[in-house]
Amino acid sequence: MAFGLELLIGGIAVVIVLAVVFFVFTYNSLISKKLQIDNSWSQIDVQLKRRFDLVPNLVETVKGYAKHEKSVFENVTRARAAVAGASGMAGKAQAENMLSSTLKSLFAVAENYPELKANENFKMLQEELSGIENKVAYARQFYNDTVLSYNTAIQTVPTNLIAGMFNFTAREFFKADEAERQNVQVKF
Amino acid sequence: MASFYDEIAANKRNSYLLIFFVFFLSLAVLYAFSYLFFYGSDLGLALSIILAAAYISITYFYSDKIVLSLSGAREAQKGEFPYLVNVVEGLCIAAGIPVPKIYVVDDPALNAFATGISPQKASIAFTTGLLSAMNRSELEGVAAHEISHIKNYDSRLSTLVVVMVGLIAIVSDLGLRQMFWGRRNSDGRGGSGGGIAILVSLLIVVIAPILAQAVRLALSRQREYLADATGAQLTRYPEGLASALEKIKKTGSVVQHASETTAPLYFANPISVGQLFATHPPIDERIKRLREM
Repeated sequence: MAFGLELLIGGIAVVIVLAVVFFVFTYNSLISKKLQIDNSWSQIDVQLKRRFDLVPNLVETVKGYAKHEKSVFENVTRARAAVAGASGMAGKAQAENMLSSTLKSLFAVAENYPELKANENFKMLQEELSGIENKVAYARQFYNDTVLSYNTAIQTVPTNLIAGMFNFTAREFFKADEAERQNVQVKF
Repeated sequence: MASFYDEIAANKRNSYLLIFFVFFLSLAVLYAFSYLFFYGSDLGLALSIILAAAYISITYFYSDKIVLSLSGAREAQKGEFPYLVNVVEGLCIAAGIPVPKIYVVDDPALNAFATGISPQKASIAFTTGLLSAMNRSELEGVAAHEISHIKNYDSRLSTLVVVMVGLIAIVSDLGLRQMFWGRRNSDGRGGSGGGIAILVSLLIVVIAPILAQAVRLALSRQREYLADATGAQLTRYPEGLASALEKIKKTGSVVQHASETTAPLYFANPISVGQLFATHPPIDERIKRLREM
């Protein structure tokens, strides 16, 4: 009989150990997925900040060749100021969109000035800006990938058990509307 | 997603298996050498173990640098190649890996490769021919394929294969010559006892490169399809890579500095060899699969 009891206790111990191991692994993987989402979100901000910093330089360069396009410069400057002042996720997204479209019109204006288009500094800024626009798009894509991986984990068995216990809630995807998709594909 | 993680785990496992395998292979080759030169003393064995261990560690830590210098690559400065640097940086954001060191190879052929033992210490190289022939979406397609190799740990495995297996092939080739030409002149000094040992040595020296070749061919092809698929997942635009492959098909991917040894690293076959020994799947099949995505 004693042997049977030992077996039972041993069995329970093994189950407990396995449960603890499962718990620790799952909990840690959920936390790291969650942190990855925050990190990938901040990557978007890094790129938007770089664009923000690039704008004055760009405006100055264009001004040197196209002094008369005052309204375009004003629009860009105003949109940039709006980005700095915007608050809330929706407000920020809207301000960034505004800046994107004013930059587009800035480059459309530049098309009319062949000397400007031939300027090395301008070409470099143009490449830099389209590079940043691409990086913003990729950063958003990566953000969505991390959200997908996290949301899948908290909704599928067996990770959903742990997620339910600790109130891990699904995160929201970044949705690009149609207008913004076009902004992303800027062709100057 | 799960299947990609499985592939990554398999790549890491295969890397360690390879290191293990190559250690014993190089040990066997070195021991065979010591039989040829020292007639099988303990000193020869000890020396072989030390040399094999040193060989493994050096190739592990310097493999990427060896590969880059073999292919004549130079580092791409942002001032000179802003376009390329931006493309690679963007894709690394999409893949969620650090930006690798970016290199260019001055060669008119259209090709690219990635190397390095981890995503943190990776390098990626493009031929200048590729840079001038591709438009942005095509270049993105090729870069995404290479970045996928880094992300999936393919480049660790293939870099190790290139350096470890490649050098073994060279060493045993030298050994073979040594035996045929060197020993013939030393007028049968070996005597009767050395006969079997020499036979075994000969066998190892002959078999080693064949084994090595087998390992190399087993690795490469499936990885290419996988990197095409991961790359398409990064750019969300399989057509870019498909049209890049079409350009490569027309222009050719044969790189001057590439040898049979560095071939598995490249984006498309860098050497012109028959289908039997091709390290890459046929280009038409790759295009077909991409267009079906």
